[in-house]
Amino acid sequence: MLRPRIIPCLLVHEGGLVKTVKFRDPTYVGDPINAVRIFNEKEADELVVLDIDATISGAEPDYRMISNLAVECRMPLCYGGGITTAEQAKRIISLGVEKVAISAAALASPQLITEIAAAVGRQSVVVVIDVRKRTLGSTYDVYTHNGSRKAGVTALEFAEAAANAGAGEIVMNAIDRDGTMKGYDLALARQLRERVNIPVSFLGGCGSLDDIAALVDTVGVVGASAGSLFVFKGKYRAVLINYPQPEVKEALVQRAMRGD
Amino acid sequence: MIHIVDYGLGNVGAFLSLYNRLNIEACAAKSADALREADHIVLPGVGAFDHAMELLEATGMRETLDELVLERKVPLLGVCVGMQIIGNASEEGTSAGLGWIDGVVRSLAQRSCGNDLPLPHMGWNDVEPARPLSLLRGLEDPRFYFLHSFYFDNAREEDCAATVDYGARFTCVINRDNVWGVQFHPEKSHHFGSILLKNFAEL
Repeated sequence: MLRPRIIPCLLVHEGGLVKTVKFRDPTYVGDPINAVRIFNEKEADELVVLDIDATISGAEPDYRMISNLAVECRMPLCYGGGITTAEQAKRIISLGVEKVAISAAALASPQLITEIAAAVGRQSVVVVIDVRKRTLGSTYDVYTHNGSRKAGVTALEFAEAAANAGAGEIVMNAIDRDGTMKGYDLALARQLRERVNIPVSFLGGCGSLDDIAALVDTVGVVGASAGSLFVFKGKYRAVLINYPQPEVKEALVQRAMRGD
Repeated sequence: MIHIVDYGLGNVGAFLSLYNRLNIEACAAKSADALREADHIVLPGVGAFDHAMELLEATGMRETLDELVLERKVPLLGVCVGMQIIGNASEEGTSAGLGWIDGVVRSLAQRSCGNDLPLPHMGWNDVEPARPLSLLRGLEDPRFYFLHSFYFDNAREEDCAATVDYGARFTCVINRDNVWGVQFHPEKSHHFGSILLKNFAEL
């Protein structure tokens, strides 16, 4: 049985790990390599690391940091931030990263998705889509540059275009739920699952293992990604890197798959 | 010593650091000469079939690999696309494979036709041995990380050493004599992968 993937998502800002709320107010939560070591010990399903400075500053990806993370990481690793060419993607994969994530550059040129898929294989191409729900209605708009620029396309339109262009996975990130720990946007999850037939993951709002169970119960075998849940503990949000124990995770997965 | 074939594809660093943690000697081999001393060989790989064959041919290691694997019977483990190129050909491209185990690499889209499951097959899935396997010794409910859209369709039934279920059941471990191939990524599968790679080193 293929299992849902429970995926810590780590944000890199000025060389350290941070956690944001609605893409603002980064709180320092530790050192990236140290976090990878802890998630190795906890046997996390996968890891996503996003450099939130790279696209804003227009800098090249930090290959040295990526290489250090890749060598340390004993679970599949997805890296995103600042990738604008297929050459860069190829170089990152050659450092030992399983998947590369693109967002703003894919919106600027969907052709880039096709080029990267041709260079590294579509299974390694992840398109991250940052979205906000419109005040009225159930439409979601895509944003880039850490939520500061509206892209002028809806979430589902872009997800479909990305899948057709050769994306191997979509990560749908709900900006307004980021850091709130109030649960995933299940309506958005349902819409996306019905629209594309490639693996999908959801990010934004996860505050408990029950939220993950609710997501899997709603849309089946998908990736459940979270930041706050795996870096904070307790209601005062004390920094503590954590991940469910194998038996807890297995019970959660079994329960969600049965749909109780 | 275990030699990891370094032809520009696959996570050579991850295999080296894993064997390092296990206190098993391993090194990367970039040329035919470097391969000669190998007593075990890991052949990694990601991406497209033709690209993998092209790069491997370009290193000049092909003939030496043939000799080590077919004549000297050195144990070899192909991983992901490194497993797929052990076959004769692939629907994904036009290059001939290494042909060490008869089989054709086919698209999962055809196999799971009608089930309409998302592709690529991505994530942790259960691996069911077709027979007792030294490679999986000591593993209860073996489970590994998969990331692929093509699978190895072995010509002879007895070459299938284990299967996985995604829409349909297909071969995910092949074995004939000293040649082994796994579709999943043991180097990224925590203790499951680490035990498998240790077992391989002890073959």
